[in-house]
Amino acid sequence: MSVITYRQALRETIRAEMHRDENVFLMGEEIGVFEGSYKITEGMLTEFGERRVRDTPISEEGFVGSAIGSAMLGLRPIVELMTINFSLIAADQIINHAPKVYGMFGGQTSVPMVIRTPGGGGQQLGATHSQNIELFYSFIPGMKVLAPSTPAEAAAMMRAAVRDDDPVLFLENLGLYNSKGEVPDNYADDSGPVAEIGRAGVLREGSDITLIGYSRMAALATQVAEELAEQDISVEVIDLRSLRPLDRETIVNSVAKTGSAVIAEDDWLTYGIGAEIAASIQEGAFDFLDAPVRRVAMAEVPLPYAKPLETAALPSVESVTTAIKETLNAVGRRVG
Amino acid sequence: MADTAKPKSGSAAKNSGGRRRSRKGTPTAVADESPEVLREYYRRMLLIRRFEERTGQAYTQARIGGYCHLNLGEEATVVGLMTALQERDYLFANYRDHGYAIEKGIEPRRVMAELYGRSTGTSKGWGGSMHMYDTDARMLGGWGIVGGQLPMATGAAMAVSYRGGDEVVMCQMGDGTTNIGAWHESLNIASLWNLPIVYVVINNYLGMGTTVDMSSAEPDLYKRGCAFRIEGERVDGQDVLAVRDTARNLVERARSEQRPFLMETMSYRMKGHSVVDPAKYRSKEDAQEARSNDPLAAFESQLEEAGVLDEDRKKEIADAVRQEVADAADFAENSPHPDASTLFDYTYASPVANESTRMPADPVFAD
Repeated sequence: MSVITYRQALRETIRAEMHRDENVFLMGEEIGVFEGSYKITEGMLTEFGERRVRDTPISEEGFVGSAIGSAMLGLRPIVELMTINFSLIAADQIINHAPKVYGMFGGQTSVPMVIRTPGGGGQQLGATHSQNIELFYSFIPGMKVLAPSTPAEAAAMMRAAVRDDDPVLFLENLGLYNSKGEVPDNYADDSGPVAEIGRAGVLREGSDITLIGYSRMAALATQVAEELAEQDISVEVIDLRSLRPLDRETIVNSVAKTGSAVIAEDDWLTYGIGAEIAASIQEGAFDFLDAPVRRVAMAEVPLPYAKPLETAALPSVESVTTAIKETLNAVGRRVG
Repeated sequence: MADTAKPKSGSAAKNSGGRRRSRKGTPTAVADESPEVLREYYRRMLLIRRFEERTGQAYTQARIGGYCHLNLGEEATVVGLMTALQERDYLFANYRDHGYAIEKGIEPRRVMAELYGRSTGTSKGWGGSMHMYDTDARMLGGWGIVGGQLPMATGAAMAVSYRGGDEVVMCQMGDGTTNIGAWHESLNIASLWNLPIVYVVINNYLGMGTTVDMSSAEPDLYKRGCAFRIEGERVDGQDVLAVRDTARNLVERARSEQRPFLMETMSYRMKGHSVVDPAKYRSKEDAQEARSNDPLAAFESQLEEAGVLDEDRKKEIADAVRQEVADAADFAENSPHPDASTLFDYTYASPVANESTRMPADPVFAD
């Protein structure tokens, strides 16, 4: 085992996949000469050359669509969208085309493509650059949407995504790039772990309450659980990891065991992914619930620039902790 | 492509005839081509005509659902373009794709079966009129969103280039497509990366009911590649040999020079945008002109005058075509509908994921 950053996990896994398969190539804005806005592709142009590391014009619809077409002919593009906010410019290709190709043509061709993109608030980037709009893509059958929370998961899920025959939206949260975690020594080898797409992870086992998150919120959930453990509260942390396909089974099993749940999401509340999870719990584990399911989400405002406002808008260790304690109080267990 | 917009009628000015039918070049002399080849082009144009007439008929009988955009009036363009492609070349088309699918090498019966939504169709009944596809024929789709196919076709050309192959991608579209963002983005990328692709604009002068003049600041569409240093050429889309020769030249140049080209064919569509569009936006003169510009009738007369086609041969060809279309319709009619049990088979290429999406939302704990 070694400890590395989320960024390094991604970079080394992508490098390894490019060495493994000649059909894998990179495409996106500023990924070559500039070495990536967030430096995931640092060194790639030097190592692989212009054929396999393609700097694109600023034209998201054009290059995301090109990636789809190249994938239909058997290449395996890894496309970087500088931020998920720009994915909206390419939404026709991402929503109307990539996930439909396999079904619409009766299974004759698939789109083995990865769209990597960072998102999330907390960087004082303002309303149009701080969004978590992965739910749009999670809504679409035919898409796979992954949102790993740790370096080990990032490596295993990236390997799975590149090798997968379907289009994958790979969500990276800006707040996670510098986070560190343990990875197995072979994390970047061809023999390294390959995540099972569509399976949630149990980051921490617990018995009092289930706390569900993904990406940055799963990482935050672990922190909450650790702090509450010191107060004798046993929190089970579920990391969704895969937003589509969604692993309802793991969620339902956990809630059936603990009897209550809190969902933490880095996104607006209304119509969000938390709503889907809450509905799944209601449908699958209603009889086991001792209290209403609580959701902790971003304030429903365009995310402000000013730091105190932005901080107040985002879910925090404190707001998640409060929701857990209130839920446990509702169950009848008196805590803090 | 939405079909629901009601064309303006009454006080609205109707599109006049005799707009801008400027054409380049003179009709290619049929004398330069062998009689067998000419008759074969005629047969194929007639096949598309009869196929589409049958399609329109089946649509009004509700044997075919959805939208239905016909190639009627554009047969010379379809045959000319497809003749220019080698078997190994790829085609991306828009939603007006039946004729292209047949010409690219898909059996008419499979195209008809797709229109009927049967499991024997090109896309097993999943695509319908707008989504003909066949991997072997390298017909990489009819696509339904205006211009959606452009970036993907560009990417297919990129894949060819990436592998050092000598295939060419042809990307067909209507005139209305040249004003969307993806047009500019795709041509820019194709030129930057020296991709072997020919973008073909079928200029039938109408994007649904809106004329090229109303929608394009530069209505000479073949000129619009200049912003990307892409050479463009315009051809009379009613002249099968002219279309073929121009397309062949551009396709072979794209292949040998490894760069993109733009082609504009001046075409007519004889009917509305789709079967349900009565084309009330067309003036009487324009409708009359459309009818009088029938490329099939013109080609037939040309071949008759040249002594290539006589009554016997015409009848022979007509009978064979009639038989082929009847066979296609019978095949479609008698083909099985897709079984409802296959509903979840094609969402994902990985079967495991299809299983997962099939998981019912109601209690996971059955007991």
